[in-house]
Amino acid sequence: MRLWHALTEKSWLEEPVPANAPFDSPQRDFQSRRIALTLFLAIATVLFSLFAVTFLTHSQYPGFEALAGDAWRPLSNTTRLWVNTGLLLFSSVLMQVSLNAARASQPGLSLAALLGAGFLALQFLIAQVWLWQILSDMGYGVRSNPASSYFFLFTGVHGIHLLIGLGVLYRPLRHMWRAEAARAIIDSLRLCALYWHYLLAVWVLLFWLLTRSADTYRALAILCGLEA
Amino acid sequence: MKYTALADQPVATHEPTGFISKYIWSQDHKVIAIQYALTAVFVGLVALALSALMRLQLGFPDTFDFINPNAYLQFVTMHGMIMVIYLLTAILLGGFGNYLIPLMIGARDMVFPYLNMLSYWTYLLAVIVLMASFFVPEGPTGAGWTLYPPQTILKGTPGYEWGIICMLASLAIFIVAFTMGGLNYVTTILQARAAGMTLMRMPLTLWGIFIATIMGLLAFPALLVSAIMMLLDKTVGTSFFMPALVSLGESLDYSDGSPLLFQHLFWFFGHPEVYIVALPAFGIVSDILATHARKNIFGYRMMVWAIVIIGLLSFVVWAHHMYVSGMNPTFGFFFATTTLIIAVPTAIKVYNWVLTLWRGNIHLTVPMLFAIGFIFTFTHGGLSGLFLGNVVVDLPLSDTYFVVAHFHMVMGVSPIMVLFAAIYHWYPLITGRILHQGLGKLHFWVTFLGTYAIYLPMHYLGFLGVPRRYYAMGETGFVPDSAQTLNAGITVSALIVGLAQIIFIINLFWSLKRGVPSERNPWHATTLEWQTPDMPPRHGNWGPESPKVYRWAYAYSVPDCEDDYLPQNLPPDQVRKHPTQEASS
Repeated sequence: MRLWHALTEKSWLEEPVPANAPFDSPQRDFQSRRIALTLFLAIATVLFSLFAVTFLTHSQYPGFEALAGDAWRPLSNTTRLWVNTGLLLFSSVLMQVSLNAARASQPGLSLAALLGAGFLALQFLIAQVWLWQILSDMGYGVRSNPASSYFFLFTGVHGIHLLIGLGVLYRPLRHMWRAEAARAIIDSLRLCALYWHYLLAVWVLLFWLLTRSADTYRALAILCGLEA
Repeated sequence: MKYTALADQPVATHEPTGFISKYIWSQDHKVIAIQYALTAVFVGLVALALSALMRLQLGFPDTFDFINPNAYLQFVTMHGMIMVIYLLTAILLGGFGNYLIPLMIGARDMVFPYLNMLSYWTYLLAVIVLMASFFVPEGPTGAGWTLYPPQTILKGTPGYEWGIICMLASLAIFIVAFTMGGLNYVTTILQARAAGMTLMRMPLTLWGIFIATIMGLLAFPALLVSAIMMLLDKTVGTSFFMPALVSLGESLDYSDGSPLLFQHLFWFFGHPEVYIVALPAFGIVSDILATHARKNIFGYRMMVWAIVIIGLLSFVVWAHHMYVSGMNPTFGFFFATTTLIIAVPTAIKVYNWVLTLWRGNIHLTVPMLFAIGFIFTFTHGGLSGLFLGNVVVDLPLSDTYFVVAHFHMVMGVSPIMVLFAAIYHWYPLITGRILHQGLGKLHFWVTFLGTYAIYLPMHYLGFLGVPRRYYAMGETGFVPDSAQTLNAGITVSALIVGLAQIIFIINLFWSLKRGVPSERNPWHATTLEWQTPDMPPRHGNWGPESPKVYRWAYAYSVPDCEDDYLPQNLPPDQVRKHPTQEASS
């Protein structure tokens, strides 16, 4: 409604009072960062969605061999993927713990949880690279089949996304190192937590998508209008 | 009223003093804007030179030994990509977006100045990588600016080894740069507007830039996806877009890829890109027409809505670029319909521009001439687009010069007319001097008439069936010899128009030192960028106090007022009423 109200304003009529509400700067600074991050995550969503659409399109071509669905397919046993998911899940949980601890004025716990979150995220990345190696050794290298190519593509792009997140962790760490105001630390951690939970959500969806059978892909393709 | 804008914080007023921090690693939006603009103009001139070489070949075939078929295709490709992405997108959003957003909304700078600086340097890196492709073995890619696989990365296409890698890498880097800049523009407009600057009090320039940036942020990922996947096809040997095929008698390792998928991705970006370029131009031209006609823009609210609707619709028309690729007739019907629907909000804008001029107090200044010229070129380009939006008309015309004429009129000449209008209009704000008006008018008339001399005959060539992208016409049974005479005439016109741009460049540099010093607000405009305490605006833009906004951006020729314009930040109690009105009241 606010947007509708804004877009239907008769701005040619003079209003005596400036319409913007007053803001104090730190709050506005946080809002700006949150808007920018939300936009960035929207862009990332478009990016992953487009990859997913091309994946579903490819899945309907004759040469496509799903990585799961039959016992002999490489991702029919998802134990390793679950282990990796667990790492990212705990990383996300620790990020939330760090934020909650900062809110509860427990800087020591907050720092420890933040470092733990970063460490586990790094472990996740290493585990994903290890998984690449295992798949390649099994004969499912990046060029072996479109489905394998997509596995490497999806996990690679998700890995880059995670690396960007790890790079941004320096902000709350710097705030903590300099013992800056609690508000700055909390705001910074709120944004990091949002990013981390998003990373987890994307990975869970990718995990689900990559471990489906050919029949499920067909159903999805029909649902998306990509196949009659 | 207590009000502290984000960019009002004291740190923002700490003006850098060293040359490096002030002009090279600058975080000031105005300096970054100029860096963007100069880089874009530089690559634009390279693209202009390439087009001259193309025209020389087409107009006078078998005359220039150094232009062989491969070189010709490379010129075509680099000219197209540079003009669309590295010139128009960069200068309209990176250049004018950067310069005007904070000033027009009354902020001191972008909300993320460091990210803004990073955006420019990343853009420069993209340009360097692109330019590097001229120096790699076999030169730049000659695949056409659409880079369609499979031919793009196959032997036989110029630059199929390193040229295409440079192009794809450069595009990916450009998208990173655009994302950094775009996040900044959108957040700044949403968060750093001065007190009283509601969304609907923003000048249309900002609306155009705002919506175009959002579109860019959502459309460029499609190009990034296609660039990444093609780069993997080229370097790693995946088969995302590459089908099983035999090339030059050799069976290749590719299998099961889909070239058509690339086309969908490319045009899902490519069509919004047309409006990413057009919308800022729409906005700028609206403001220039209102200012120089001393009249409020006709139907402001409708103009804003039209920008938003065009932005939305532009995401559902992409496959009209792919009618000849083959598609389900139902899809063809759908995309033809959406394409024609988009003409409605676009036509509303054109009508409103004309109605703004109607009974206006028109000042035929150079910016106004270019703005009016834009209405002509855009209408002509748009009308031929209505033809091409229909499947049955598009099929025979698709690969002919009719299409070349259409898109050059609508998204080449038209935005560039606005670009010139904008430069002539805001040059005094940027430099404190006015561009030489005589040289400007000469520049306008040669450019305006010259572009018609180039592109109007091209429509006829298209009707004759003259195919585009051909290095030489050869002999056909359906193209008469007179087509070559027309081609030579087009080339002569193109060279004249190209040379006319030298007048503009000379004017730019000459006026920098010797131009007439400009008074403050020389066009008597209402918008905030002209109301800064200093002209050109200093670091921090507004001195000790940020402006407050009391009205919209189009208070021209307001009845009962002494002055024929009311700046947006002029308090109501300082508005001078007409003496007769004051006496009667």
